[in-house]
Amino acid sequence: MLNYTFHWNQAFKALPQMLDGAVVTLQIALLSMVLGVALALTLTAFRLSGSRILRGFAATWVEVARNTPALFQIYMAHFGLGNFGIHLNPYTALLIGIAFNNAGYLAENFRGALKAIPDTQARAGRSLGMTPIQSFRLIVLPQMLRVAFLPATNQMVWAILMTSLGVTVGMNTDLAGITQELNARSFRTFEFFALAAVIYYIIAKLVTLAARLLAARMFKY
Amino acid sequence: MFDTALTWNDLAFLAQGAAMTLAVTAVSVTIGTVLGILFGVLRVQLGAIWSAPLTFVLDVFRSVPLLIQLVLGNALQSIAKLGWAPFTTSCVVLSLYTAAYCSEIIRGGIGAVPATTRRAARSLGMTWWQDMRYIVAPLATRVSLPAWIGLTLGVMKDSALVLWLGLIELLRASQILVTRLQEPLFILLICGVIYFVISFPIARLGGYLERRWSPND
Repeated sequence: MLNYTFHWNQAFKALPQMLDGAVVTLQIALLSMVLGVALALTLTAFRLSGSRILRGFAATWVEVARNTPALFQIYMAHFGLGNFGIHLNPYTALLIGIAFNNAGYLAENFRGALKAIPDTQARAGRSLGMTPIQSFRLIVLPQMLRVAFLPATNQMVWAILMTSLGVTVGMNTDLAGITQELNARSFRTFEFFALAAVIYYIIAKLVTLAARLLAARMFKY
Repeated sequence: MFDTALTWNDLAFLAQGAAMTLAVTAVSVTIGTVLGILFGVLRVQLGAIWSAPLTFVLDVFRSVPLLIQLVLGNALQSIAKLGWAPFTTSCVVLSLYTAAYCSEIIRGGIGAVPATTRRAARSLGMTWWQDMRYIVAPLATRVSLPAWIGLTLGVMKDSALVLWLGLIELLRASQILVTRLQEPLFILLICGVIYFVISFPIARLGGYLERRWSPND
């Protein structure tokens, strides 16, 4: 049935190139997470604020991010912004798309975590003479991060997987992009993409492991 | 924005794309759920050690980007000379992808049924199957259904990736229109609205069920 000769050598020869791509993948994922967490904290603050406009803005962002495909969001950043004369390179478009997506999911995650912290905690801080900001930063935030950390780890893995979508907007420096270029040159599709899959799997597992170790250190008590 | 070159025919083209998205989703979620329930129950029955190989394989589907899975699936079917159409390949890959997530949900649902309840059922003389059918299934559904709705929506959104295999679903259809009409923002907005309109009400329903059925009240 399998009248096909596998050429793994070609794939292994390209391994250094693909590992370079893996570094770019990890870089985009990390950057998008940093941006995503910052945006998500802002959105959470908006949601808790008294202004209806800010609340509406945050709610719209979260719902759009969660109810449309990530690929659509990347397309929006890449093709949609072209309408305003903003022509982003694939790297930036990919980063913006994933950061937008991350922010939506993380904001929802932070909101859930915030709900898990009883009001009395913040009030206890206040009655000890802390300012509202101190009580949020020293009492609520550490507990909130504890609850939100594991779901955020999942989001990080998601971000890594999402970077592979960049290839659809012409990204050619990340792992999926490099794999696709190698594939276009040699048509050894299965070998190259199987190797890419293994690398993605290892990255995802390493990130999960690193997050677990980090959590064990940070949240000892 | 209002003087657009978009015609009713183009909108019908988008609707066809949306139908394709829904068709791929329906087939994949149906097959994926059946497989997911099977794998989930199997994993619980076998225990952590004996089900390790199955767990590993399913975990691979959750740790490798779907795009890569689709390309690999397509390459495999052509290597094996199966001659599948892109639709079949997409559905097979998406079904396995769904099954991997679904088995995790099912496992969680079964795990949420207290062991004492199940032992009580068995000591009343129920068979394993009766226990599963009358005790575990109703209780596990409460825990699993909201997550399953989330998964279905996730697969619906992820099914956009099948455009890479040449299937003309909603996003690809809008991309074709963008290329022809050069009105990226307007057409992509329509596409986004369609996704949103499909996804948002169901997501709300899932959220409602989750609140309504949360075990603590």
